[in-house]
Amino acid sequence: MGGVRGRLAPYLMILPGGLWLAAFFLVPLVLMVSLSLQTGNLIDGFQQTLHWQNYTDGLSTYGDKFVRSLWYGLLATVACIALAYPAAYWIAFRGGRAKSTYLFLLLLPYFVSFILRTVSWKLVLTDNGPILGPLRDHGVLPEDFHVLDTGVAVVSGLAYNFLPFMVLPIYVALERIDPRVVEAAYDLYASRAQAFLRVILPLSLPGVFAGVIMTFVPVSSDYVNAEVLGGPQNTMIGNVIQTEYFNNSAYPTASALSFALMAILLVGIFAYARTLGTQDVLEAAGR
Amino acid sequence: MSQFDPAFLRGLTRPRLARSGAGGPARRDVLRLMGAAGAGLALSACGVKGQGGKEKVSRSDVEKYWAGKAKSGRLNWANWPGYMQDDRETIKAFEKETGVKVTYKEVIQEMGPWFGKIQAPLAAGQSIGFDLMVMTNGIQLEQCRQLGYLAPLDLSKLPNFQANAGPSFKNPSYDPGNAFTIPYESGVTGIAYNTKYVKDEITSIAQLFDPKYKGKVGMMGDSQELGNFGMFLLGIDPEKSTKADWEKAAAKLREQRDKGIVRKYYSQDYVDAVSKGDVWMTMAWSGDVYSLTSPDVKFVVPREGGTIWTDNLCIPKTAENPVDALTLMNWLYVPENNAPLTEFINYMPPIPATQKLIAQKAEQAGGDDKRDLTRLSTSPLIFPSQADLARLRHYRRLTQAEETEYQKIFEPISKGS
Repeated sequence: MGGVRGRLAPYLMILPGGLWLAAFFLVPLVLMVSLSLQTGNLIDGFQQTLHWQNYTDGLSTYGDKFVRSLWYGLLATVACIALAYPAAYWIAFRGGRAKSTYLFLLLLPYFVSFILRTVSWKLVLTDNGPILGPLRDHGVLPEDFHVLDTGVAVVSGLAYNFLPFMVLPIYVALERIDPRVVEAAYDLYASRAQAFLRVILPLSLPGVFAGVIMTFVPVSSDYVNAEVLGGPQNTMIGNVIQTEYFNNSAYPTASALSFALMAILLVGIFAYARTLGTQDVLEAAGR
Repeated sequence: MSQFDPAFLRGLTRPRLARSGAGGPARRDVLRLMGAAGAGLALSACGVKGQGGKEKVSRSDVEKYWAGKAKSGRLNWANWPGYMQDDRETIKAFEKETGVKVTYKEVIQEMGPWFGKIQAPLAAGQSIGFDLMVMTNGIQLEQCRQLGYLAPLDLSKLPNFQANAGPSFKNPSYDPGNAFTIPYESGVTGIAYNTKYVKDEITSIAQLFDPKYKGKVGMMGDSQELGNFGMFLLGIDPEKSTKADWEKAAAKLREQRDKGIVRKYYSQDYVDAVSKGDVWMTMAWSGDVYSLTSPDVKFVVPREGGTIWTDNLCIPKTAENPVDALTLMNWLYVPENNAPLTEFINYMPPIPATQKLIAQKAEQAGGDDKRDLTRLSTSPLIFPSQADLARLRHYRRLTQAEETEYQKIFEPISKGS
């Protein structure tokens, strides 16, 4: 009894998730790959011609945008870690009974729409806005100094918008550390710095790892921040894909660029996992 | 039942299960299954059918479309922001007079994204939720026409348009015979500058390229607007331009960007930037500048030329209430109905008679109203002189092949490539 059911059970359990993956990831992905190798236009239609040149053309024209996206992604991720780690640390170890209140306060701005928050940033950073205006009027800043429409504005916007994705996993990792382990470190004559570096930090690294994956990927492919806060020298690959797809209906080029971006991000993440000594990315992220 | 162990899920992603054997599905088998399904899909996904070739409409097409269509008393209208009084006065008057209930939404910000949004449902023959939309002449309107996304207009049901539209607003080159569109408002693309910062008088496009204004110049990101200005600079008429002209213009525009003169390529948000002083001068649309709150900002039609464009009323083919849409189009072409709209929008109305109506109203009004209305009825931006109109150029109509070339040449400029 139960022979067939026993053999089928694992398949049945995979089924809901598998179908989900197939419908919302695999099918679009396959269509995208197929589209990325087609030629044509909206009026005459698109034909499958295995036109690999979509990739070479896209990469040669917009290669610098890929580099810039990854670079901005890296800067914003590092900024996120620098901001999130101390905050998460403080809440996890010093938050006391109000821990959840502090977390809630930190997340409060994120109940507002992403676009609205980005536009608010713009209002803060504008040349004659509340920060830069007075500073320039008092001669602290040179006359033609500006932050808006520069890379600094884009990276700071990215870091601001994706901060919670870094705070939460780090907080969870820190929160889970058994206080007795830290006490043990002190009992063994570790200084505060040593206890942090040799006990707390290594135990919280999986949280940082998960945070990096959760911020770096969306940050590198974001286009809203560069659009709203950046100038002509700050375009990211997301802006190019968006324009090619929606404004120009150049679906093959847009698909080729999207797929290339995905491939680059995957390679980047696996390389990152390797250097961190984690064999299995999903395991590390899920820890 | 014991608590669910997340380790089980994680286990699925690791080879351990595959090695454990015992008849369970190996991860690789699952992947292989998915791969097979994917390959099948890839085969079936070769090519997307073209939909072109419906540009010419005959009388029978028109009759066929309108046959059996009746007034429903409802209308959904998609428009750009700032194209209707804040209190919706014009819509209320229309509702009162005709009994049609209008749902009005300001959902159009830019032509490219709007086209991206409506393209899929229109291609599938589904309703886009709107019976009337306002589209600028240009690449996307051309595509809508060629793809057969627009309902052919029954001009016999638009007597007011026939009687009252100005001659330059009839039979435009982008829609011969007004087969699909009639104008809503027109405007000019020129230069706006903030006199608080710019001390010279601005008269020419060449000044947008002056290194003196490094980092203080705004240009438009739209590749047609941008390309036109590059061509004006070189003395090329965009309407008659060739691919070689585009390349020359693009080189100039790229030089302007690489010298750091351009601070940003804008879509709609230049109004804010130029009135706050983020940029000192920028490409701009006439009506935006006219209605600007900042008195420091001036608008000029440059010496080399400016572009005149038209925003058009059109009915998507899949509209649920096309007869009501047509009723509104006709109603708007009564000068008395249109004048209040022009007073608010401050762009060029397609009905010349509105100028007289506004002038008359100015005479009867007093105080601030009188001043505003007089300014409006005499403004060369709203009612341009023949000399001004003569300097204005139209967008070039692009064939599909040309459009691809054009976009390839101008698109990378605003993207920094």
